[in-house]
Amino acid sequence: MHGANKDMTRDRSSLEFTELGQISGPLIVVQGDTGAGYGELVEVVTGQGEIRQGRVLAVSRDAAVVEVFYGTSGLDQHNTRVRFLGKPFQIVVSKEEILGRVFNGLGQPLDNGPAPFHGEARNVNGLPMNPVARDFPEDFIQTGISAIDGMNTLVRGQKLPIFSGSGLPHNDLAIQIVKQAKLIAQASEFSVIFAAMGVRHDEAEAFRQSFEESGVLNNVAMFLNLADAPTVERLVTPRVALTASEHLAFDLGMHVLVILTDMTNYCEALREVATSKGEIPCRKGYPGYLYSDLASIYERAGRIRGRNGSLTLIPILTMPNDDITHPIPDLTGYITEGQIVLDRSLNQKDIYPPINVLPSLSRLMHQGIGEGKTREDHGNVSSQLYAAYARAKEIERLASIIGEEDLSTTDKKYFHFAQEFEKRFLNQDKAEERSIFDTLDLAWDILAILPEQELTRVTIEQIKKYSPRVHVAHGSNEKG
Amino acid sequence: MSEKLDITPFATFISGPVVKASPSSTLSMNEMVEVGDERLVGEVIGLEGDTAIIQVYEDTTGLKPGTKIYGQKMPLFVELGPGLLGNIFDGIQRPLSRLREEWGDFIRRGKIGFQLSRESVYHFSPAAEQGEFVEPGAVLGSVEELEGFEHKILVPPNVRGTIKTMVPAGSYTLEDTIAVVESELGEKTSLKMYHRWPVRIPRPYSQRLYPTIPLITGQRVIDTMFPIVKGGTATIPGGFGAGKTVIQHQLAKWTNADIIIYIGCGERGNEMTSVLVDFPQLTDPRTKRPLIERTILIANTSDMPVSAREASIYTGITIAEYFRDQGHDVALMADSTSRWAEALREISGRLEEMPAEEGFPAYLASRLAAFYERAGQVLTLSGLQGSVSLIGTVSPPGGDFSEPVTMHTKRFVQCLWALDKDLAAARYFPAINYLQSYSGYSDQVTKWWEEEAGTDWKELRNKAMIILREDAKLQNIVKLLGEEALPDEQRRIIEGARLIKSDFLQQNAFDPIDTYASAAKQYWMLRVIMHFIRRLKDVTERHIPIFRAMELPVITEIHQMKYNFTGEDPEPFKKIIFRIDEQIDGLLARQRE
Repeated sequence: MHGANKDMTRDRSSLEFTELGQISGPLIVVQGDTGAGYGELVEVVTGQGEIRQGRVLAVSRDAAVVEVFYGTSGLDQHNTRVRFLGKPFQIVVSKEEILGRVFNGLGQPLDNGPAPFHGEARNVNGLPMNPVARDFPEDFIQTGISAIDGMNTLVRGQKLPIFSGSGLPHNDLAIQIVKQAKLIAQASEFSVIFAAMGVRHDEAEAFRQSFEESGVLNNVAMFLNLADAPTVERLVTPRVALTASEHLAFDLGMHVLVILTDMTNYCEALREVATSKGEIPCRKGYPGYLYSDLASIYERAGRIRGRNGSLTLIPILTMPNDDITHPIPDLTGYITEGQIVLDRSLNQKDIYPPINVLPSLSRLMHQGIGEGKTREDHGNVSSQLYAAYARAKEIERLASIIGEEDLSTTDKKYFHFAQEFEKRFLNQDKAEERSIFDTLDLAWDILAILPEQELTRVTIEQIKKYSPRVHVAHGSNEKG
Repeated sequence: MSEKLDITPFATFISGPVVKASPSSTLSMNEMVEVGDERLVGEVIGLEGDTAIIQVYEDTTGLKPGTKIYGQKMPLFVELGPGLLGNIFDGIQRPLSRLREEWGDFIRRGKIGFQLSRESVYHFSPAAEQGEFVEPGAVLGSVEELEGFEHKILVPPNVRGTIKTMVPAGSYTLEDTIAVVESELGEKTSLKMYHRWPVRIPRPYSQRLYPTIPLITGQRVIDTMFPIVKGGTATIPGGFGAGKTVIQHQLAKWTNADIIIYIGCGERGNEMTSVLVDFPQLTDPRTKRPLIERTILIANTSDMPVSAREASIYTGITIAEYFRDQGHDVALMADSTSRWAEALREISGRLEEMPAEEGFPAYLASRLAAFYERAGQVLTLSGLQGSVSLIGTVSPPGGDFSEPVTMHTKRFVQCLWALDKDLAAARYFPAINYLQSYSGYSDQVTKWWEEEAGTDWKELRNKAMIILREDAKLQNIVKLLGEEALPDEQRRIIEGARLIKSDFLQQNAFDPIDTYASAAKQYWMLRVIMHFIRRLKDVTERHIPIFRAMELPVITEIHQMKYNFTGEDPEPFKKIIFRIDEQIDGLLARQRE
C-alpha cells in the first residue's frame, strides 16, 4: 500500500536512510538531511525485513528524531533502513469496512479481513472543532443506572470519564452503559467504538462477549492495543479510534459512543516517550503538555450544528493509588464535562455500581433534564439528594466518634437515609435497567425518611406531588 | 556580483510549535513572521547567534527544514476598530465565524484575510475638524456600532499633528481613510477607523486613578463580602468541578461593565458554545439589549494550538485597553490563566530553558505581574475615565493552592475568591469559601455602598463576617459534641451563620430571579437576616429554646426572599422585618405568660 506512489517523480519513499545516530527507548535518531517534515509517517525496516511504523518528532537539517510505534527492540545501528513517507499517520475511514471489525492499536486488521481502503484517508490527529460550529449537547441518554441518570446525567455529545481504581468494576459499568444506553435503543443509526490501551486479553474479551450478547457486535468496532502490545502504539490508538468515530458521527450522522480504556496506560506511554526524549518532567514525571495532549483526544467529542450525529465519549481511567489528585484524573477532570467516581469503600460494602456521587459530576446535566426532557422535579431532587447525602456523610463521621446512639433524632434519620440511599438507590443489579421515572420515584421514597422541613431544595408543590409520605396520608384521608 | 545573496531565513529545526530559522539578520525580537507557503503565523521569541527561535501559533505538522520564513516587520498585533463587539475570535484574533464560512466546521491552518471585516459599512460622524491639532488619543469621531453604544474613533497613541483632511459624516468601510494628520515634521499619516497595536505593549494613558466604585456582579458573596472595584483585579482558584466556569459565566452575564471580554484560554469547546447559545438570549439588565452585543469572546479551546493560547490573553487585554481608552468600563475574564501558564511552560520546555518551580520558567511570576498590572482605572490620553477590571481563574492541580500559578497570582491581585470542592460536593453554590477568600477593596467601596444602599452597610457586613468566623470555630466543637451541647448564645451564632450561608451567600445561578441580585437587594436581604439574628438574642437571653424561634413562620419568608423579590422595591423586605419583630415579640410575650 505504501509503495503505491513509487512512480512519482520526487518520490522520497524510495529513499532509504541507514545511518542511525542513536537508539534510545522508543526513539531513533536518523542522521543526515532527511528532507522529512515534522509529524510525518516513517517506515523502519529491521535487519530481518520486518516493517515498523513511526513518526517524526523533531527534524533539523542534519538529523531527524523518530518515534517507533512497535518499539526499538531488535533494531541495530547498521542494518536498519528508514523510509520517510511524506504524509502524516492516516487511516482509511469507511463505515462498511470498520464496523463489526477488530483492529490493532494502529488500525490494522486483527480479524483476518482486509484493511479498509474504500474511503478517504484521514490524518489521525484530526482538526480542532471550531467553537462556533459546536452545537450544545442537550439530549438525555438514559443509562438505566440510578446514580448516573438521577444525579449525573449523561447527554449526547458529552465526554464523561469513569474514574476508577484497580480492581473496581469499571468495566462492568461501562458494559452496562453500552447495553442499556437508550442512545442505542432509540437511534436507528448508532455505533460503539471501543479502544483499548494496555488492557488485558480477558478484559477485552469480556467487552467483546458482552457486545455479542446484546447483539450489537455489527455496530461495534474494536481497536485493541493489549497489555503485551508495544507501549508507543498506545499513543496512536485513541486517535485512530476517534478518527473513525468522527467519520461515523459527523459525516454519516450516527450516534457514536466511544469507550477509551484505560487512559492511565496511555498517559504512562506518553511519559515513557517524553522521558526518552530527555524532556523536562513536570508533575510526577509526566510531560508539561499532558493537559494539551489529553485535550486533543477528549475535545473530539461533541456535536456539530446542522449535523445529526453525535460523538459521546466515556474514557475510563484507573486512579493510581485511588488518588483523585494524581495528574491523570486531575487533568482529565479539567477537560471533561464531569466525572463518575468509583469508590473502594462502597465496593467493599458490595454496592454495585460503587459510584461515589459526592465527587461525581455531570456538567451538562441541567441542559438535559427537566420538563419535557426527563421530569420537572429532576433538578431539585438531584440537588436534594446531594445535599442530604453530604450532610449524612458528615453525620456518619460524627457517629464514628460519639457513637450512633448519641445522635440527635434528626441526625439519626440522616444516618438511616445514607444507608438506604446506598443500599437501594445506588445499588442495583448488573442487568437491572431503571427508567428515569423509576429512579426519581425511588429517590422520593428514600427522601421520605427525612423530616419534611429538611427538604429545602425541593418545592412544597413537588413534595405534595411526589412524596410517598404525602400520598399515603392523602390516600387514608380519601378512604376515611 | 550579479548573483544577489538570498538572506530570506529558512527553517533549520522543527519540533512542535518551536521552529528555528537562519539566517536571522533580517528578523528582530518579537517580530511577527509567516512560515512557508501556507503562511502560518508565528512570532520571534529568541535570537541566538545567527538563529532565530520562532513560536508558531498553528499546527506545524509537515513543515520541513528549508521552509522559508517571511518577516512581517512588526510585532504580533491586533486590529482595533468597529467590528469587535459581539464577535468571537481565536487567540490571534482570527474571526471564528468567518473561519467557519471559509473552512467548514473544523479549524485548518494558514492565513485568511483580515481580523476585522473590510466589507462592513459603518456610519461615521466626525468630532474633530480640519486644521485642528490633535494629540494621541484624541477623539476623531464616532460610530454608532450598536443602538445606544458609541464606538469612539481615536487618534492612535503614536500619532500627533494637524488634521489636513477630514471626511464628512457618512458611511465608510474600514479601508477608507477618514482623516489625514500631518505631524510637525511634515509627515502625513492617513487614519482609518481601525488601527493596529502590538499585543505585548500596554496602551498608554495619562494617569492612573484610585478606584472607589465597586464593580457590581450581582453575586452576593462577591459584592457584599469580597467586593471588587472597577479597575481592580481578582482571581478565582479552584479545582475542577468547584464551579469556576459557572461563576465566570455569571460574572460575564451580570457585571455592570460596559464591555465584557471573555477569554476561553485552553478550556472546553462546549463552554464557549454555551456562551454563544446563552448570551444572545439574555438581556443586559441595564441597557435591555442582548448581552452578546457588549461581549467579545476570545476562544482558544484546549484542542486548538498551544502557542496561540499563550497569545490569547494578550490579545484580550489589548482589546480591553482599547475600549478603556474610549472611556468605557471594561471587565475581562480569563478562564483559565493556568492554561496560559502551561503554554508558557510547554514552549519554555521545548526551548530547553532552565525550569524553576514545577517545570514553569523562572519568568512566570514577572509575566503574571505584567499581565495583572494592565488592569486599572485610568485617565485616558484624551482625559476620559475608563477602567479595565481583570478576573482570572486559576486551575490548581489537585486543588492545591500552594502550586506556582496560584501562589504567584495571589501576590499580584487584590481579591481572592477561593472555591471549595467540599462546598461544591454538597451543591453549595457559589462554592466560594468565605474563610479563605479576601478582598483588599472593601474599605475603598464603603462610601459607595453607604450612599447607594444604606449607611449601616459596613456594620452589617462586618457583623455578618464575624458571625461566620465564630461559627467556623464552633463547628469544630459541634463535630465532637453535637450542637445540643452548646450554650444558647453559641447556638444563636450557629443558627445565625446557617441563615447567612443558606439564605444570603448561596445563590442559584439557574433561578431566573436569584441569578442576579442588585446592590439594593443585597443590602436589604442582609439587613433582614442581621435583624433576625439580633432579635434572636432576646430569645436566648430569656432562655427560650432557640428552636422555637427557628420554627416561626417568618423563617420561611426569609428562606424565600431571594427567589421572590428583585429588590427594586424595599417594601417587601421592610414587611419581613416588621413580621420578625411581631413574631419574636409574640414569642417573648407567650413566655412571660
